[in-house]
Amino acid sequence: MRTLEQTTQEVLDLASKHFNVPAGSLAPEDDFFKKLGIDSLQTLEMLSRLENHFGIELPDYEVQGVSDFRTLASRIQSRL
Amino acid sequence: MLDLSKYQSIGAALKDALGEFANEVCLIEADREREKERLTYREFKARAHPLAKALQDAGFAAGDRASIIMTNQSKWLISAYAIFYAGGVLVPLDYKLTPDEQWQLLKHSGAIVLVTEYPIWRQLSAVEGRAAATNVTTVLVTEAPKNAELAGAHRWEEFQDGGEPVFIPRTRKDVACIVYSSGTGGRPKGCMMTHENYLEQCVALTSIYSFSPGMRYLSILPTNHAIDFMVGFFGPFICGAAVVHLRTLRPEYVREAFSKYKITYVSLVPLVLKNLQKGLQARFDELSPGKRRIFNALVSINKALTKSRPRLGLSRRLLKQVHEPFGGELRTIIVGGAFTEPQTLQFFYDLGIPVANGYGLTEAGTAITVNDLKPFRADTVGKPLPGMEVRIVNANTDGIGEVSVRSKTIMSGYLNEPELTAETIVDGWLMTGDLGRFDSAGHLQLFGRKKNMIVSEEGKNIYPEDIEAVFDSLAVKEFCVFAANYIWPQRSMVGEQLLLALHLEPGQTYTVELRREISARNNKLLNYKRIHGVALFDQDFPRTASLKIKRNVLAEQLAKLDRATAFLPL
Repeated sequence: MRTLEQTTQEVLDLASKHFNVPAGSLAPEDDFFKKLGIDSLQTLEMLSRLENHFGIELPDYEVQGVSDFRTLASRIQSRL
Repeated sequence: MLDLSKYQSIGAALKDALGEFANEVCLIEADREREKERLTYREFKARAHPLAKALQDAGFAAGDRASIIMTNQSKWLISAYAIFYAGGVLVPLDYKLTPDEQWQLLKHSGAIVLVTEYPIWRQLSAVEGRAAATNVTTVLVTEAPKNAELAGAHRWEEFQDGGEPVFIPRTRKDVACIVYSSGTGGRPKGCMMTHENYLEQCVALTSIYSFSPGMRYLSILPTNHAIDFMVGFFGPFICGAAVVHLRTLRPEYVREAFSKYKITYVSLVPLVLKNLQKGLQARFDELSPGKRRIFNALVSINKALTKSRPRLGLSRRLLKQVHEPFGGELRTIIVGGAFTEPQTLQFFYDLGIPVANGYGLTEAGTAITVNDLKPFRADTVGKPLPGMEVRIVNANTDGIGEVSVRSKTIMSGYLNEPELTAETIVDGWLMTGDLGRFDSAGHLQLFGRKKNMIVSEEGKNIYPEDIEAVFDSLAVKEFCVFAANYIWPQRSMVGEQLLLALHLEPGQTYTVELRREISARNNKLLNYKRIHGVALFDQDFPRTASLKIKRNVLAEQLAKLDRATAFLPL
């Protein structure tokens, strides 16, 4: 079972890979809309990648209003 | 299609539609690759009537207000029908608002019933004391887990009574819905839409874009939005067509739905349309040079053959590889909620996929103008719909002035806001606050806004005064939020930005710390509500006797600054 820290790190790694930003340039408290310069649709694409990676289903409502990696990781963690 | 001229209310028309098209499929609901629900009109009625009866047994009566806060799904439409059947007024609220905003609008609307889904109720009920401050006495929650704590709410699935409910007739002039066009932080603008508004709008829209049994509409825009309510519920239902709901809007499932359910119509906001364009363009760019040449030649042939009107059958055959992923039945993509760039519209039309571009406001009952595709024009928002009188007020030498509208689809007013209503509807004409002119072919062209607001590409209206609270007690002398184009008018409806005007304390400078503080607060706002930059102003803001900022005067003063140097991006 992953810890929340591990989950958060995997979320950051996957986001940096998917959006082509240098590894280590993203922090858990970062606002992913701003930091990655992405819109709501690109966020949905990122969620699909995360679902595949973690092998979970994350309903859209679970991520409603979420804009930072840490909260996103905690929502994923609760479904692992 | 039913003859709507015979009907007094939405409820009466829907009631007959359920009988007329009893054996047709009206709703399909999918969750990822799983189909959760497929209902005929007869089955829809069987679900809605016990709910209407239970509402009536609970004391819900004619003119009472009931709110729905749900993502797009079959239970949204079933609940709405039950509310109309019982003579109620529907208050559809945006499920994307924060719980605080939702409570605020629930209170303002005077709703006594709330229908919502469990994850939303979990968040709403976590805000203590808010329910008590509203008139809400009955809460119905869908799909709650077995042992869930419901905080006094009823399970939607169990809230049903036996026996037939009594149909409560309403008249055309009665309010059918209260639709909030904005105002979550400042002055709520609850548009009171009458039954007549919807009946007339439906007649006008379906005269150009018709539905019939067997057609399928993919419902993606939130159903609380005026467009989806009309073309994703009322319009298809009174024509016996079907509505397809997806419980997740991930791009891959949306793409799959087109071919899986043979979609006829879909409504999108410009942001999603542009994303589709990007995806298609990427596919075309991957073609080998030889295939690319053939493809370009086919597109050129299609362009030449569809110059005067769309020819769907021909385009589908010519550009099969483009049309197949859309299911092969797609007639038109309806785009709305915000302004769409002409090059995006042209891109799709050249591929043989007509995009119905139009212009409208919630206050005007959805659409005012629509492109009728005879011929297709990417540079305008089309001609006024039947029944719409549109004129340009105070036109300048270029013929550009404020667009105003008169028709039976115009709202009766803003709830509890007689002054605001009087400012907005003058002698029966709705003043839109948008700037436009008619060309020689009678098409409306838009050139920007007169009012202090922006519309995001996701179709969200954002009024600056609604987001100022997040900057309360910021360590500056005073501040005010504006739409940048309101200060420095642009002949454009795209790329709109919000600006925070700052007047610093004497001797204070705009430091990195202050910028960080503004950014941190800005990040608390939903992404589409965030300000884009700051402008420094070195004089006291003009104020009224009651110390309210005179926004229009301040905007005139700020306009003297050079936008290029004054606008400091965050």
